[in-house]
Amino acid sequence: MDKVEKTEVVLLACGSFNPITNMHLRLFELAKDYMDGTGKYRVIKGIISPVGDAYKKKGLIPAHHRVIMAELATKTSCWVEVDTWESLQKEHHQEKLEAGHYNQQQNSPVQEKPGRKRKWTEQRQNSTQKKPPEPNPKGVPKVKLLCGADMLESFGVPSLWKSEDVTHIVADYGLICVTRAGSNAQKFIYESDVLWQHQGNIHLVTEWISNDISSTKIRRALRRGQSIRYLVPDLVQDYIQKHDLYSTESEDRNLGVTLAPLQRNTGEAES
Amino acid sequence: MYQVIEGIISPVNDNYGKKDLVPSHHRVTMARLALKTSDWIRVDSWESEQAQWMETVKVLRHHQNQLLRSATQMEGLDPGKAPSDRAAAPELKLLCGADVLKSFQTPNLWKDAHIQEIVEKFGLVCVSRAGHDPKRYILSSPILCKYQHNIQLAREPVLNEISATYVRRALGQGQSVKYLLPDAVIAYIKNHGLYMTDNSQKGRSTQGN
Repeated sequence: MDKVEKTEVVLLACGSFNPITNMHLRLFELAKDYMDGTGKYRVIKGIISPVGDAYKKKGLIPAHHRVIMAELATKTSCWVEVDTWESLQKEHHQEKLEAGHYNQQQNSPVQEKPGRKRKWTEQRQNSTQKKPPEPNPKGVPKVKLLCGADMLESFGVPSLWKSEDVTHIVADYGLICVTRAGSNAQKFIYESDVLWQHQGNIHLVTEWISNDISSTKIRRALRRGQSIRYLVPDLVQDYIQKHDLYSTESEDRNLGVTLAPLQRNTGEAES
Repeated sequence: MYQVIEGIISPVNDNYGKKDLVPSHHRVTMARLALKTSDWIRVDSWESEQAQWMETVKVLRHHQNQLLRSATQMEGLDPGKAPSDRAAAPELKLLCGADVLKSFQTPNLWKDAHIQEIVEKFGLVCVSRAGHDPKRYILSSPILCKYQHNIQLAREPVLNEISATYVRRALGQGQSVKYLLPDAVIAYIKNHGLYMTDNSQKGRSTQGN
């Protein structure tokens, strides 16, 4: 019996992970089951890429803590790991997918532009390429962005993403968007010309069982002295407790500061 | 003001006859594995070891007696203590989801006298669940209404619809349940081949989960 040639896929999740929760981890499991279940793909790796401090989001605690918690959370996973490149950048790069590519080619690494040196060696996708990457020869996994409906909808927030970046993401890489039943994701895709054009590259995975464990709620519970047990992995909970990470003070970090991409894109628009 | 000093999980007896119920020794072991890292919740297998299924109120009575006995034994250890100083046995309350509160309305599932004893003599702590309105259930039942001061409604701010039914279905379909259950429980389920198929015809179905 001939085996169907399956495309190998790497799932990349970007975000604050402030802190990482069981919901984030579930996204990977749901996406993997879905992609593997189509019979066309084989998910070989998951990558968690916590955002750098330069993102300037309110309440964002230092990257090294967020990275360590993500590492603790994925300790027992045999396929999901943490990548620290983005977290180490001095400036925020919203177009990180171009810059921070995690292609699994066997060739030796291509050196980045100065100032953007990768911490570890992976080949970088050439961002000046106009046409999409070559058809996937055997052994070259495709990276896809894993996200929830909120990120899909963030593509519509003025000045958060450059339209050419959104196009690049959906045209050349692809999205796997995990949404809960009854979400507006399909409508959102319909209403966006760019997303509509590349809808073949956008996979919507329905999470039938609502799992509302947001980092915001975790931080709120911690401020109120409430238990977060069983909402985050035990090791993460222990680490938060040991380092007393979240408080009213930590929640006020970056208060009044404009989010980095908004700052950059608005500034460029005005200049 | 209350101070919670202990939590007890009491898995139901096999003779309850609920659909998809795996043998109690498995369920007790899995609960123990899940609670390995908890310093205040424990599993009690007394209910599951009885010869037949028994009503919840009887389980409550048993545990209340156990608590009374321990309190008396503690007093015995310190005869010098004045009667007024002796610690009273802790109050025992039934912890449940809003779906259980609703189930009080199902005909023939609970005896009225038992519902009364549960809310009058013990008390309920009811955690909210999506799709349920516990306040309405209380208001629509004379017994619950009368003892509503003994029913604590705990709000769960994080909407979380994970149910054992969902987990069993996912397992039956070969899907991942990682991060829904503790790893040790998942490993146990795998090692013993539990929940591999949809045993929809096994056992009498008394109520949905």
